[in-house]
Amino acid sequence: MADPMKIRANLVGDSTEVKVLMNHEMETGQRKDAQGKTIPAWFIQSVSATCNDKTVLSAQWGPAVSKNPFLSFKFKGGAKGDKVVITWVDSRGDKRTDEATIA
Amino acid sequence: MLALLAAAGWLKPDAAHAQAWNKAAFETHDMAETMKALGGAEPAQSKDIVFFQTPDIAENGAVVPIGIASNIPKTDSIAILIEKNPNMLAATFDIPAGTEPTISTRVKMGQTSNIYALVKADGKYYVASKEVKVTLGGCGG
Repeated sequence: MADPMKIRANLVGDSTEVKVLMNHEMETGQRKDAQGKTIPAWFIQSVSATCNDKTVLSAQWGPAVSKNPFLSFKFKGGAKGDKVVITWVDSRGDKRTDEATIA
Repeated sequence: MLALLAAAGWLKPDAAHAQAWNKAAFETHDMAETMKALGGAEPAQSKDIVFFQTPDIAENGAVVPIGIASNIPKTDSIAILIEKNPNMLAATFDIPAGTEPTISTRVKMGQTSNIYALVKADGKYYVASKEVKVTLGGCGG
């Protein structure tokens, strides 16, 4: 199981600002190890964020997204105390879901 | 009643369920190929797409901050394309109604390249670009 994400969700005016830091190698499949063998690609392919069961962002990523990906976005309709739930699925089929309360 | 509940549960869209990963789009090498894989026509240049937090010169190509804001009404999605990376498409973001068409993230760049922000709004594609100079690449070994 991958390490948890760090999620921050803050109400600014009438929109919720979400900042996410994920823990993932995001291996590109371009690098070689010391023996000259290609290190296979391994990266987060899809990300979705929901608040009150409504999708507020969904994304598809390639290996060009940086290691330990950072993501920030804003949406309307959240209130203090609501939960923002974020899920990612990687190229090996592993997934991880974490949540944060809007402050 | 049970059947009704089940039907209601069945009909309720699974919000957390992600779309299938668009493998073809992430294996393209130029703009025309990428647009074809995304199912769009040639994008129009737009001044309503703005880069923010994006450096002119990135010292470390492994971590290049990219911020994109679209001022085009009805923006449905934003994609980041890096011209000289091994595969051009880096990420796509679907923006549902109620979410601001503004995203920021960090990407890898193999070398100095143009970055394209591709926006789909009301069924049409728009693009803006910015060159980012890389002094140390982020894709090699």
